[in-house]
Amino acid sequence: MRMPGAKMVVEALKHEGVEVVFGYPGGTIMPFFDFIHREDIRMILTRHEQGAVHAADGYARATGRVGVCVATSGPGATNLVTGIATANMDSIPIVAITGQVPVDMIGNDAFQEADIIGISRPITKHSYLVRDVADIPRIMKEAFHIARTGRPGPVLVDLPKDVSVATGDFRYPEHVDIRGYNPVVSGNPQAIEEAMDLVRSAKRPLIYAGGGVITAEASGELTAFARKAGIPVTLTLMGLGAFPGTDPLFLGMLGMHGTVAANQAACECDLMIAIGARFDDRATGRLSQFAPKAKVVHIDIDPASISKNVVVDIPIVGDAREILRQMLKSAEPLPIDSWREKLMATKRDNPLTYRKDCAVIKPQYVVEKIYELTGGEAIITTEVGQNQMWAAHYFRYDRPRTFLSSGGLGTMGYGFPAAIGAQVAFPDRVVFDIAGDGSIQMKIQELATAVLNELPVNIAILNNGYLGMVRQWQELFFDKTYAFSCLGQRPSCPRQCNSPANGCPPYVPDFVKLAEAYGAMGIRVERPDDVEGAIREAIHSPKTVILEFMVAREENVYPMVPAGAGINEIMIG
Amino acid sequence: MDYILSVLVENHPGVLAQISGLISGRGFNIRSIAAGETEDPTITRITMVVAGDDRVIDQVKKQLGRLVDVIKITDLTEIPSVDRELALVKVSSAVSRRAEAFQIVDVFRAKVVDISHQSLTIEVTGITEKVDALIEMLKPFGIREIVRTGKISIARGNSLAGEGGGGQVYED
Repeated sequence: MRMPGAKMVVEALKHEGVEVVFGYPGGTIMPFFDFIHREDIRMILTRHEQGAVHAADGYARATGRVGVCVATSGPGATNLVTGIATANMDSIPIVAITGQVPVDMIGNDAFQEADIIGISRPITKHSYLVRDVADIPRIMKEAFHIARTGRPGPVLVDLPKDVSVATGDFRYPEHVDIRGYNPVVSGNPQAIEEAMDLVRSAKRPLIYAGGGVITAEASGELTAFARKAGIPVTLTLMGLGAFPGTDPLFLGMLGMHGTVAANQAACECDLMIAIGARFDDRATGRLSQFAPKAKVVHIDIDPASISKNVVVDIPIVGDAREILRQMLKSAEPLPIDSWREKLMATKRDNPLTYRKDCAVIKPQYVVEKIYELTGGEAIITTEVGQNQMWAAHYFRYDRPRTFLSSGGLGTMGYGFPAAIGAQVAFPDRVVFDIAGDGSIQMKIQELATAVLNELPVNIAILNNGYLGMVRQWQELFFDKTYAFSCLGQRPSCPRQCNSPANGCPPYVPDFVKLAEAYGAMGIRVERPDDVEGAIREAIHSPKTVILEFMVAREENVYPMVPAGAGINEIMIG
Repeated sequence: MDYILSVLVENHPGVLAQISGLISGRGFNIRSIAAGETEDPTITRITMVVAGDDRVIDQVKKQLGRLVDVIKITDLTEIPSVDRELALVKVSSAVSRRAEAFQIVDVFRAKVVDISHQSLTIEVTGITEKVDALIEMLKPFGIREIVRTGKISIARGNSLAGEGGGGQVYED
């Protein structure tokens, strides 16, 4: 059937089963918006392109499907950059479609021209500049295929305006054939056998699993394998939910803000089974102290992840679910009671904890209450910093795709639009963005998107008036000099202020009034006794809600391992 | 040490930028890079010389392998191969010293391809060490400009660089 290029793109989205697109129109992408407007595909207009790409990312993380976002050329495209990089670092499948100036104007510094292919090259899995309308069906098919297969990631399709109005024949291909792209799926059987030999002879085995387990939909297999063999499990931030947080074998998250039990296990194990994790510096700390006595088995879909940071004894490249299924077949309960009991004792003796206070709201208490009052069933998104770590520590994630957080890039401003994406995917589930007062202001304008689309997203702002993690580092490593981390700072403040104690100017903005200005509900909570009621009200409200918790201003995240130290050098606080 | 990688890529615009961006973005150290069409016009062959150790090269190969437009990577470092580089060297040459320059050119089986009152341009083809040696010998004349292609390599015997594997070794 003959049709314009922009309509082909829309038809391709239909063929891919896309139910929602997040985007923002502009000059060169208008033909696309004109066609999608006439279709059943839901289009969510955000208030900034970065909101669109994070929402597509949140949708993808919550559902496991490909998220789609659209922006115009030039500034529209460059506004996607942070979101594309966020998705790339965390291996999230998204297809980003950008308008581009007409082909014969490319390179002429035309109005709203940016070389987005060049700009995004290091942060995409792949990208296409469409030069011929006839290529659109193949390119769209390939874009979705590449985004979702292998190690998933963002794919960008740059669509010049003349190509989107030119007409051509549309026939959506059934297969893709890309000679340079053939991800390995099934693991080498011999390597799997060797890995199982190591498992059988291990005295102190540990499973260290990451986001790859969630991507591979392998949580069930991981859980079955760990339980059958009785091997303790630690997860990375990205892995939270891949193994039940309430399971006795779960040691907690490892790394810079890992639990004592998890970090101790990582240092003392004699066999580390790494699954869908990439030995990130925030997880490993100083490499010489990370699993120094251990043989390492590494299961990963991406060969480039293997032996990148840590030399691996048995690499198994392939799909984590397939490989774990193979391993499960020959798994037997291991006689490692003393190791397990030792770790259980460490876990029992060193729980995640904080000093309770009946006068001031503790941020950890807020997260605990959200966990309790949602029965652990909520989808949690986070911003970045202290809020992210408290959300990781005090909510126990029993299921995958319930903790959505920018782990690799650490993007402040991610959580709220991601929550919008998750809520669009699951209108009936409770969604909380656990935010700091700094992060939330990076994408606060998406309140309009949430309110107008009647999305009952709850934003729990842990307001300490600081960029809390920056302030924590300044307290610990910069001699308590709170340089530019206080969000209330004015010219009238003392230059050397290192305490919020006396006479601080009023906080800006007033989040309650701000919520109301957007037509959302705003609730400020100043006393610990009111925390529970406010959370209940938010959960039951059909509106978008900002809960502003005025929390202890100088609360720190513990445990903590200083950057560059070994992960057994833990500061307990 | 130096490693020689022969990389087959889709002959698309931007692929070279993609590869050089990956190399620089990940902090790898490239000595030379040469690209040209192959017997199949849809495929470009990039020959690059990368400095590093085994672990670095392992990462270079794996990261290149992640690129969708990269079809095949062959490490020619350990495979018997014919390596060549071409250089054009422009040297100052007073008329009085020309004969001397021509002698050196002869010894290296190089060619004088351009001549003027003040300069000679010499073309040399060979392995990198030979090109380096000629340049060294020409230094006393005053080198004004050097243009080098970077190394290109092909596996010896029946095997193809795109397939890997060794071949018979012939004398250079």
